[in-house]
Amino acid sequence: MAETSLTHRSAADLADLLRRGETSSVEVTQAHLDRTAEVDPAVHAYLHVNAEEALATAADVDARRAAGEDLHELAGVPIAVKDVVVTKGQVTTAGSKILEGWIPPYDATLVRHLRASGMPILGKTNLDEFAMGSSTEHSAYGPTRNPWDLERIPGGSGGGSAAAVAAHLAPLAIGTDTGGSIRQPAAVTGTVGVKPTYGGVSRYGLIALASSLDQAGPVSRTVLDSALLHEVIGVHDPLDSTSLTDPAGGLVDAARAGDLAGMRIGVVRELGGEGYQPGVRASFDHAVDLLRGAGADVVEVSCPSFDYALAAYYLILPAEASSNLAKFDGMRFGLRVEPEEGPVTAETVMAATRGAGFGDEVKRRIILGTHALSAGYYDAYYGSAQKVRTLIQRDFAAAFELADVLVSPTAPTTAFRFGEKVDDPLAMYLNDVATIPANLAGVPGLSLPSGLSDDGLPVGFQVLAPAREDARLYRVGGVLERLLTDERGGPILDRAPDLEVKA
Amino acid sequence: MSQPHDVTSPSVQDYEDAVRRYDPVLGIEVHVELGTASKMFDGAPQTFGAEPNTAVTPVSLGLPGALPVVNAAAVEYAIRIGLALNCEIAETCRFARKNYFYPDVPKNFQTSQYDEPIAFDGHLDVELEDGEIFRVEIERAHMEEDAGKNTHVGGSGRIHGAEYSLVDYNRAGIPLVEIVTKPIVGARERAPEVARAYVSALRDIFRSLGVSEARMERGNVRADVNVSLRDSADAAFGTRTETKNVNSFRSIERAVRHEISRQAGVLDAGGSITQETRHWHEDTGVTSPGRVKSDAEDYRYFPEPDLVPLAPSREWVEQIRAGLPELPSVRRRRLQAEWELSDAEMRDLVNAGATELVEATVAAGATPAAARKWWMGELARTAKSDGVALEDLPVRPEHIAELQSLVDDGRLNDKLARQALAGVLAGEGSPEEVVTARGLEIVSDDGALEAAVDEAIAANPDVVEKIRGGKVQAAGALVGAVMKATRGQADAGKVREIIFSRVEG
Amino acid sequence: MSTISSDEVARVAALARIALNQDEIERLAGELDVIANAVARVGEVATPDVPATSHPLPLANVMRPDEVTETLDVHEVMASAPQAEDGMFAVPQILGEDA
Repeated sequence: MAETSLTHRSAADLADLLRRGETSSVEVTQAHLDRTAEVDPAVHAYLHVNAEEALATAADVDARRAAGEDLHELAGVPIAVKDVVVTKGQVTTAGSKILEGWIPPYDATLVRHLRASGMPILGKTNLDEFAMGSSTEHSAYGPTRNPWDLERIPGGSGGGSAAAVAAHLAPLAIGTDTGGSIRQPAAVTGTVGVKPTYGGVSRYGLIALASSLDQAGPVSRTVLDSALLHEVIGVHDPLDSTSLTDPAGGLVDAARAGDLAGMRIGVVRELGGEGYQPGVRASFDHAVDLLRGAGADVVEVSCPSFDYALAAYYLILPAEASSNLAKFDGMRFGLRVEPEEGPVTAETVMAATRGAGFGDEVKRRIILGTHALSAGYYDAYYGSAQKVRTLIQRDFAAAFELADVLVSPTAPTTAFRFGEKVDDPLAMYLNDVATIPANLAGVPGLSLPSGLSDDGLPVGFQVLAPAREDARLYRVGGVLERLLTDERGGPILDRAPDLEVKA
Repeated sequence: MSQPHDVTSPSVQDYEDAVRRYDPVLGIEVHVELGTASKMFDGAPQTFGAEPNTAVTPVSLGLPGALPVVNAAAVEYAIRIGLALNCEIAETCRFARKNYFYPDVPKNFQTSQYDEPIAFDGHLDVELEDGEIFRVEIERAHMEEDAGKNTHVGGSGRIHGAEYSLVDYNRAGIPLVEIVTKPIVGARERAPEVARAYVSALRDIFRSLGVSEARMERGNVRADVNVSLRDSADAAFGTRTETKNVNSFRSIERAVRHEISRQAGVLDAGGSITQETRHWHEDTGVTSPGRVKSDAEDYRYFPEPDLVPLAPSREWVEQIRAGLPELPSVRRRRLQAEWELSDAEMRDLVNAGATELVEATVAAGATPAAARKWWMGELARTAKSDGVALEDLPVRPEHIAELQSLVDDGRLNDKLARQALAGVLAGEGSPEEVVTARGLEIVSDDGALEAAVDEAIAANPDVVEKIRGGKVQAAGALVGAVMKATRGQADAGKVREIIFSRVEG
Repeated sequence: MSTISSDEVARVAALARIALNQDEIERLAGELDVIANAVARVGEVATPDVPATSHPLPLANVMRPDEVTETLDVHEVMASAPQAEDGMFAVPQILGEDA
């Protein structure tokens, strides 16, 4: 049926159809809204759907196109946005009760770029509360389910965006990645996700988790689609002091390049081996073989400090987050709760509000972070973690002398079942062991599906590049994707179970 | 003696007694609001008296997702201040977060500078009223942002006993520079004076640098004073208290004086000083303990991750240094030489707050001596009786110059000039306008004067006899009579001339 | 290295203005202790000769000109306020009984 096929097209294809007048943005947008109404009750990728606003944008783009206006390449292609990015006039919750019903009075810079490009915003997607998590089980509004198996997690913190794209509820989505929150959900849902070089995409309007680690990035079903979206949002922003003045370019060209031109590919010894499922490792090894066959020079590299990356991350992130989340206190916006007993003062209302409004994982990290920054603990904890960061950057620099890109499995396992790790924080943290080093060093990373594991679930292949060399991700990713798709005989998501509700 | 607010301390000791037996050590923290157009980290405007919460962006309101960007002018102003205080300007410095929860701090942390201030290790030579110079060592000057404003509703209107508060964030994010002294030692019994003179000198510097209007009564300049006592200049520092709410130069001096006496009283009675923040009460002249903080100030400082380091190039710093205006102390020495004043005369001028006024009057055409005479004489008396500062009198330096030129031209004498001045002060216009309106000009018409002289001579024949008999001084009575008849508007010298010519003739 | 006791959790929760009941304090203490011990290993490689990196990429001197930009509409600002009065945010009394 025409409508079904609109939701099963890539963004690049949709853009093509729109340009040639073979469909309209209203049709495309409506098709996604219809499928969302049908399928999302089971998946719960979206926290809020904005049908009215999305269709209004779509109609406006159609009218402008009809009037002969010059439009952006992706104009009229709808997109979903992770609910940690502020959207003016639209509820933004960060997956938390403390922001239930909050309507921001301003747009994030990247949202302004989406609007300026004429992309209808379908709605806001689910996430672990304040982006803290690897399974979306910590959302205060209920989990999102993996379209491959509704009893399994879709990854986190950006499980909603990945599931939306995997379930064909949106062709594109925006995610944010602090320790793997774009890449790891991509891996376990068979989609593509990219964390740009730190500073490549503006953080103005991202509800901050860890300021020195956060980056927003594209979520899609194909490498080219991510490149197209990355170029829309990868622009310098004077409102963000950490924004690069020279963000990466040539991404779409790189995605289309089609060959590896003798690139050197470094397999990172520390990101593999024990703790990684055999099926994951097998899928990874096969992908590396394909790249070798395509002319890549494969070498092994060692980055010993990566063994300390998880520890450093779980010190830096809670410390910065404890400060970033202090503003949620019930005084100016969001939830306000008064204590049931005792005096009602600003202090007690703040404490009662935060006690009621924050979930367990958020409380854990705030307390850990506050402790780590406390007088007497700073040097041993936060100060030391910042030193590990230096070591990790040095290891990356040394590795990139030997290789143009580094590769690893994106995550140690495929999608696990709900409840399996949620009561064991450390076990949960281990999901990010391969993705965290890139955030600490600020280098860009991409995950694309390398195939299915022996349990029938998707496996992710991670590519890392030096800072500002995001184009290399797309070059390698584009080639690998084609090789795998050719070998498989079709896109990996074709193997995912059917989610339509049977009449 | 007034009742002390702090019921745990003994009665306040005599000040002189206190400084005889203890050596006071001070520390002064001054915050100055920089007069930039926009705020420290965003483009919200600096306003005065605007409707609440109308001068905020997501950044100054601390909304989720907002990010700071440093105001270049604020950095330049901070460097100007550092240079004027003889500080080193950091080659590289960073901002840091000072984390604490308070409703007027929208992010519940203040973006400030911690161990990397933009300026450090300076000094200011402060001149006291009698000319003695005291060097205050400066630890650092750093940049930070101001908080919003709480208005307490209900209760007594101050924090204690308030029912709730209303918060306005218009002030949140305004650029501040905080200047911290090293311990001020060796001032002994002059400590209160030194404190006052230091803050006053800073105020003059801020104004001359053009970085702030620097009005203490507007809150542009705020001072907190730390005081501790030790047994002698060789002893270790004692426990210090920090006194806030000192809102004028006079308060600073009084607060330091009181705190020295109070602490001496506590120590003499065998007690010990509690390290605490105290609140100065201008009306009763005492300090009282502030709220005891339970967090013991664990601010959990860490480098601000949303901002990148500042590394002011040496070229930029030298450019700023070259563009610095003449500093007040240098300017005072130059003016003293130009006006040929003694040290004491110059000091009197400075202490009266008349320096700029005299300078402007001279620029408008008067001689330094004439300008001084007016500002330090009649105007100073008027200011004192009206209870205002010299600069707040409703008369401009140009008026004074004009007034003096009327006297120099012979159109007014001193008495008439004072009457004209009164008219100007009353808002009747410029001196020229007042003279015309009130008809104050000296009578120059010889005929009228001669007529008046003749009348006086006719009325006082005995005086004329005395003059003819050689008693020239007796002419004074005739002059007086003529002056009275002309309501003082005769030129006394001319009247004398006419009298003598009549008498002799 | 250090342990995170229930007392420490209670102290830190107060500092971070998060109200916790006794059960939560104890549970958190157990969880955080495990995590703290895991992360303490950063001390093994964080020797004095290694400098700290606080920013992933070496930027410096990012500033903006002293220009006034658009401000937020006050009605939008106050619309989200849990409690407002006269265009200002109404907050509970800032001090309870004097400690």
